[in-house]
Amino acid sequence: MGHIFVIAEHRNGEIRDITFEMLQKAGALAQDLSCSVTAVLLAGANESFGENLAKWADRVLVFEDDRIKTYDSDLYIGILAALVKEEQPLLTLMGHTSWGMDYAPALAARTGYPLATDATDILLEDGRPQMIRQMYGGKLFSRVSFSPSAGYMITVRPGAFQTDGAGEKSGEVVSQNLPEELESPRREFLEFEDTAAGDVDITQADLLVSVGRGVGDADNIETVQELADLLGGTLSCSRPVVDKNWLPKYHQVGTSGKSVKPKVYLALGISGAFQHVAGITGADCVIAVNKDKKAPIFRVADYGIADDLFTVVDALKEKTKSG
Amino acid sequence: MNIIVCVKRVPLTQEVDLEIDDSGKKIKEDALAYVINDWDNYAIEAAVQLQENQGGEVTAVTIGNEDDEEVLRRALAMGADRAIRIDPGDLVLDGYLNASILAKTITDLEYDLIFTRVQSEDHNTGMVGVMLAEQLGLAHAAVCNGIEPEDGTVKVRVELEGGIDEVSRVQLPALLTIQTGINEPRYVSIMGIRKAKKKELKVMSLEDLGFAAEDLTPQTLIEAVFLPPETEGAEMIEGNPAEMAEAVIRIMGEKGVTV
Repeated sequence: MGHIFVIAEHRNGEIRDITFEMLQKAGALAQDLSCSVTAVLLAGANESFGENLAKWADRVLVFEDDRIKTYDSDLYIGILAALVKEEQPLLTLMGHTSWGMDYAPALAARTGYPLATDATDILLEDGRPQMIRQMYGGKLFSRVSFSPSAGYMITVRPGAFQTDGAGEKSGEVVSQNLPEELESPRREFLEFEDTAAGDVDITQADLLVSVGRGVGDADNIETVQELADLLGGTLSCSRPVVDKNWLPKYHQVGTSGKSVKPKVYLALGISGAFQHVAGITGADCVIAVNKDKKAPIFRVADYGIADDLFTVVDALKEKTKSG
Repeated sequence: MNIIVCVKRVPLTQEVDLEIDDSGKKIKEDALAYVINDWDNYAIEAAVQLQENQGGEVTAVTIGNEDDEEVLRRALAMGADRAIRIDPGDLVLDGYLNASILAKTITDLEYDLIFTRVQSEDHNTGMVGVMLAEQLGLAHAAVCNGIEPEDGTVKVRVELEGGIDEVSRVQLPALLTIQTGINEPRYVSIMGIRKAKKKELKVMSLEDLGFAAEDLTPQTLIEAVFLPPETEGAEMIEGNPAEMAEAVIRIMGEKGVTV
């Protein structure tokens, strides 16, 4: 019987959602393949995360050592490569997160297993996985197959799979020893730093007026700020606006910024990259304005206007002033 | 500090309707405009800034055809000292092959740091840099938004989810994948690009690198591409600007946001 491996991700003592999302999908695939689900956890000594995962897996392999209390590139790759070589899982799932992107490609290269990244779905074709992913920032989907191998590796987009309630398994938690011939790490963790704190708290706003790359220039931010003020809303933005230093990071919505939950999210000139969309799933209503009628933001918005954002901003200002 | 920076030219697809070609496995690329991959612009800037502060040389590398040299000339104009283009011919490349070709190109060069993009704007795989690091046996850090050299090491900031940065120290030589926003890429003038034509630009084939045909089997294959379904999505608001504004205000009101 083969295994599907799910590599758990955790930070500051908490298992991250992506782990359960992967376990949910792994459970469905395992049924079709008649194989078992193994969760793999690398954690600090006596952190006892293992029990949380046991509800979702047939088996939980736990490596506990204070050297892996926080993510460590070299140790993760060394430990996981040794484990994969020994157990030869048919499929290994990892998060398409910053840390997943840090170790998955190296693990694939070291084990020789083929890797495909950022899956939004995983299918089976003659007992072999294929995956669906997006290209060109979400404007095109593709179906990807692997060359034949003993095992396959896939990184999974956070939020691609939903978990339904609590897990119903009661997997065995098995403590593992770290491999003996582990090379010493070449990268040393120093600290975490919160970069998103600032003068404006976008997470508490009922109305967010949010600008993206389509605003075009730093000088154009002001007119959108004026609209936000007139509507009694808070100004937020997508990543390119922060990258270009047009607004400070504490305005940023999305994976690397903040998740928000306004009643209304007015997205102006935001294309809708998944990293941004992941931050607005808690919004009650999304109204998107974008010149490009094929912009991915219209696939997640409740209402859309395919027009120039400044036309709409000016009309809204006019409307608000005239009451 | 000698730095190698891997760059790539990508089609500009924002505000463009993509069309699928007859093979069903890729888009029609002929009519598209091409630009430097956004992440690479930041990677080149990061390399050139380090070189300006620490000395050393910057080498820009791309895999591509003659038209792709545009992106190398841009790197040279920004301050890179030399450039290498690997011509893959008609070979269809996946992330693994891109990493393998770059590894063979770079392995005999002298370097302290290699910079790659976090991901490319076209395929968005985000795997080439770290795979390259492993093939070269290097320490690495992915998704870097800060780099500070500190005697024989670099202190890096890695961008995690939720506005958190992880600060760590990496031994050299190392490979870093560079995130957008790490710096402000300098402006490149036409004159600058023209001047940079004097700098060395070396072209190599896969044969020059010693690849045999059997080494060049991809690990993944795109079976089909398709456009997102048209049916799902937003209810579109039509009309003149005043009518659209009125509709927006009305919807806001329905959701409990009164102006």
